[in-house]
Amino acid sequence: MVRPYTMTGGRTRPEPEFDLIALVVGDVDVTPELPVGPEQAALLRLCRANALSVAELAAETDLPVGVVRVLLGDLLDAEYIRVSRPVPPALLPDEHILQEVIDGLRAL
Amino acid sequence: MDSAPSEIPRLALKILVAGGFGVGKTTLVGAVSEIRPLRTEEQLTAAGRGVDDLGGVERKTTTTVAMDFGRITVRDGLAVYLFGTPGQDRFWFLWDELATGALGAVVLADTRRLTDCFPAVDFFERRDIPFVVAVNRFAGTRDFRPDEVSRALDLDAGTPVVRCDARQRASGKQVLVALVEHASTVHAARTPVDAVVGEAR
Ligand SMILES: Nc1nc2c(ncn2[C@@H]2O[C@H](COP(=O)(O)OP(=O)(O)OP(=O)(O)O)[C@@H](O)[C@H]2O)c(=O)[nH]1
Ligand SMILES: [Mg+2]
Repeated sequence: MVRPYTMTGGRTRPEPEFDLIALVVGDVDVTPELPVGPEQAALLRLCRANALSVAELAAETDLPVGVVRVLLGDLLDAEYIRVSRPVPPALLPDEHILQEVIDGLRAL
Repeated sequence: MDSAPSEIPRLALKILVAGGFGVGKTTLVGAVSEIRPLRTEEQLTAAGRGVDDLGGVERKTTTTVAMDFGRITVRDGLAVYLFGTPGQDRFWFLWDELATGALGAVVLADTRRLTDCFPAVDFFERRDIPFVVAVNRFAGTRDFRPDEVSRALDLDAGTPVVRCDARQRASGKQVLVALVEHASTVHAARTPVDAVVGEAR
């Protein structure tokens, strides 16, 4: 159970600063010279072309969410990624968005 | 190689699916979305949060909690993420994070064990998170009228109660539509100022 944290050097991030639906986009291409570990490289590749949520990154890499948060924290510190905070529903920029969601759900 | 977009144009919304043990949470998320398990490793001793003893991690008890996770793409740039909350009481602290910023929640109820969903109802009421109660019909149960369920659960008058068969995609869709319609009414009624204050906590 503890092993995954060896790839984070035993660190955890006490506060969830990356919401599960925060969107992450990679700003650099993964090259052999890029000083990142294999897990971080995998995360970078996943969100390079398209922004992905933290939850999707965890599901795709099959890593626990806590581990992904630590790894993303490093990538953010290195400015290899950008992270957007989710918009609280009450502050949605456009009141028609929820109607779009309703229509989209009906059309599923 | 194309460079990444300079902005992140996507919008992500979060819906929770809650309810008692075995009530159909996984079934519902799976019926309406491509479902994937999401693992979180939780330190039970750290449930109180604010623990910054970074060196001591190896000695703490961690346990893996699996959550159901699904995504529905509404259109390019707009996605709804569904999270099935872990049922056991000892993982309640996870709900807080899940609930932060959620658009709303579906509370699944099994009429044979209605009281199982009391904690979920309480949780969302206290946090002013819009929710609908979806009554799952299991074999051998009689049909309950929504108003009976509403009274039994002592719901606020505005909280919708809908019937559902979590195994049916069409039914699951209807539940989500009911929720988003309800959430949309609730959120429209709140002033943005309230929302900002609520966020800052
Ligand atoms: N008749 C009927 N059976 C259902 C319905 N929804 C789920 N089931 C069945 O109930 C059982 C439990 O469903 P799950 O989706 O695993 O329930 P859960 O809430 O995820 O359970 P836990 O994660 O263990 O708390 C499964 O065998 C489902 O097929 C429903 O709407 N009607
Ligand atoms: Mg389940």
